Amino acid sequence: MLRKLSVIAAVAGLLTAGAAGPALANGHPLPAKDVHWSFEGPLGKFDQKQLQRGYKVYREVCSACHSMNLVSFRNLGDKGGPFYDAKYKNPNDNPYVKAIAKDYEVADIDNETGDTIKRPATPADRFPSPFPNEAAARASNGGALPPDMSLLAKAREEGPAHIYSIVTGYTAPPKGLKVGDNQHYNPYMPGDLTSSWSGSHEHVPPGGFIAMAPPLKAGQVTFDDGTPSTLDQQAKDVSAFLMWAAEPKLEERKKMGLAVLAYLILFSGLLYAAYRKVWKNESH
Amino acid sequence: MSGHSTYEPKTGFERWLDARLPIVRLGYDSFVDYPTPRNLNYWWTFGGILSLCLASQLITGIILVMHYTPSADHAFASVEHIMRDVNYGWLIRYMHANGASMFFIAVYIHMLRGLYYGSYKAPREVLWLLGCVIYLLMMATAFMGYVLPWGQMSFHGAVVITNLFGALPVVGPSITTWLWGGFAVDNPTLNRFFSLHYLLPFMIAGVVILHIWALHVVGQNNPTGVDPKSKADTVPFTPYATVKDGFAMGVFLILFAIFVFYLPNALGHSDNYIPANPLVTPSHIVPEWYFLPFYAILRAVPDKLMGVLAMFGAIACLFALPWLDRSKVRSMRYRPTMKIHFVIFVVACCILGLCGAKLPDDPVIPHLTTFSVMGSDLNSFVWLSRLAALYYFAFFLIVMPFLPLSEKTLPVPDSIASPALSHPAAVPAEATAAPEMKG
Repeated sequence: MLRKLSVIAAVAGLLTAGAAGPALANGHPLPAKDVHWSFEGPLGKFDQKQLQRGYKVYREVCSACHSMNLVSFRNLGDKGGPFYDAKYKNPNDNPYVKAIAKDYEVADIDNETGDTIKRPATPADRFPSPFPNEAAARASNGGALPPDMSLLAKAREEGPAHIYSIVTGYTAPPKGLKVGDNQHYNPYMPGDLTSSWSGSHEHVPPGGFIAMAPPLKAGQVTFDDGTPSTLDQQAKDVSAFLMWAAEPKLEERKKMGLAVLAYLILFSGLLYAAYRKVWKNESH
Repeated sequence: MSGHSTYEPKTGFERWLDARLPIVRLGYDSFVDYPTPRNLNYWWTFGGILSLCLASQLITGIILVMHYTPSADHAFASVEHIMRDVNYGWLIRYMHANGASMFFIAVYIHMLRGLYYGSYKAPREVLWLLGCVIYLLMMATAFMGYVLPWGQMSFHGAVVITNLFGALPVVGPSITTWLWGGFAVDNPTLNRFFSLHYLLPFMIAGVVILHIWALHVVGQNNPTGVDPKSKADTVPFTPYATVKDGFAMGVFLILFAIFVFYLPNALGHSDNYIPANPLVTPSHIVPEWYFLPFYAILRAVPDKLMGVLAMFGAIACLFALPWLDRSKVRSMRYRPTMKIHFVIFVVACCILGLCGAKLPDDPVIPHLTTFSVMGSDLNSFVWLSRLAALYYFAFFLIVMPFLPLSEKTLPVPDSIASPALSHPAAVPAEATAAPEMKG
């Protein structure tokens, strides 16, 4: 739909304004901010302290509206996870994980009576959704649906850097941009602002509207490890945590990759030596 | 298979079996003693690499099916279950998803090699046609496989591609309804795509057997395009070709591993990590990279039906190739003018791929407006794809049949061994042993 609109707008711009070429380059969001992550590169690993801080931001802020329904509590104690402890090979035994789960209430059915009940969660449960259904979620959020966060970091082209940029990127809307109720201007949000822009079509501001109000501010979350709770720190930590939630096997994958590549390079080297030896006396 | 078999059963059991089912003999004649032109270069290793790709896709696919749920309600979650809860499920799935891309990288190189060295010319027409059938089956399999995770790109990609058939006059709407199993892409579509995605790879394997059979009847082509004439022209498949293929496979696996372990999502689209939602259309629907050139040809034509016909025509050209090319010289090594056209053709295909990934009306050179023709600015990807598509068809329909009428070719060697033996690594004893070889 957006694409159709932008194509129509672009073609219309070309036909009417004649030399309206640059209009095509407008409407794109700003590229995500450049962030350094501990999990980048072939040797990258999650920073466990950062994941713990990120989890706290998720727990205290994001989870009020965003579900994370592909992640179970036990995953927090998996290898590479925020609360992994080598002492507890089975994450279901991890006391942190048990305590975190107990804080949540999940829906269940009473085995005796068949009534629907609420009970404290166990590590085997998934994170419960903050809303019972999509309609309830939309009703509480001005008609917008807060996306599920399990895969958010992989479902956006620029990954966790996109989440970081959105959360830290709110700015005052430029003059001439009509911002609707329950809408917020964010230059990193994809969209097309042409219809809300009163200025020239050649200078449509970058980005789009987002229904979420700026979610984080300095000091909102108190970090247990004493890290200063700046907006930047919170955004970085929660983005890293969401990357873990989206790709919990990242560390395992990169570690295995090194072994596989080392093996393949050695094996190919051997095969090359064999090839040279076999073909030594044959012209080709 | 060319010439009589030299297999000699060594043990009592082998003799017993050979008299009843000479399967060991078949394997020996096909993969050990089989005479291979001695001058094959690394471009010839992709046949073996493709068998490896097919085997890898079959094995990983069969394991994935053990954990996948083909249902519009559960497919997406079951894929994530594989990624999160199945032991090494992430590895199996990333191998399968990236394996598809590796398969296409290898098949495109394999096809371009055939094109460059004239491997489709008599007597290898059937060999080439079987290859085209494999390619067609691969495209169908890859497309249906991409639908199975039931993400946003899966769903809307399926909508766009199945709708193409709706452009056909009279029967179009009936065909789309039949493909969908209803009046929209939904659970029945997913289930039939799953069924066919499981079936087609085995059909590919079947056609691969025919492809190899045809290959062993006519023998391999080689960079000179000259048929082997004597024993001096060939070497036995094992160990000569096996070790070279093995080394090439090792290098190819390194590339594969880099994608699986370090760039597992680089060739995919991030929107496919969002569950399918018929009510929300992604802002920019793009197929997987290996379909982009055809997608660009489709969009280059302003009329939908003509676009669909052009896209299928682009594939039909491949099937007609053995009869389009009228040159008597097989290998482009001795066709300098054709070589230039080959390079332009490869560039045109890459440009089409690039155009397929871009919005049609985006400018090629940013911030430059020229003038509008047929509703689009000349400086746009749609016009670039029109030019490249024009060359694509001209290459097959004009250059192939008519260039040979006026083409100046270089002298072709009498035999494979003559240029091979002039190689600095040649052993003088062999050269004197073959007096008839004078290049």
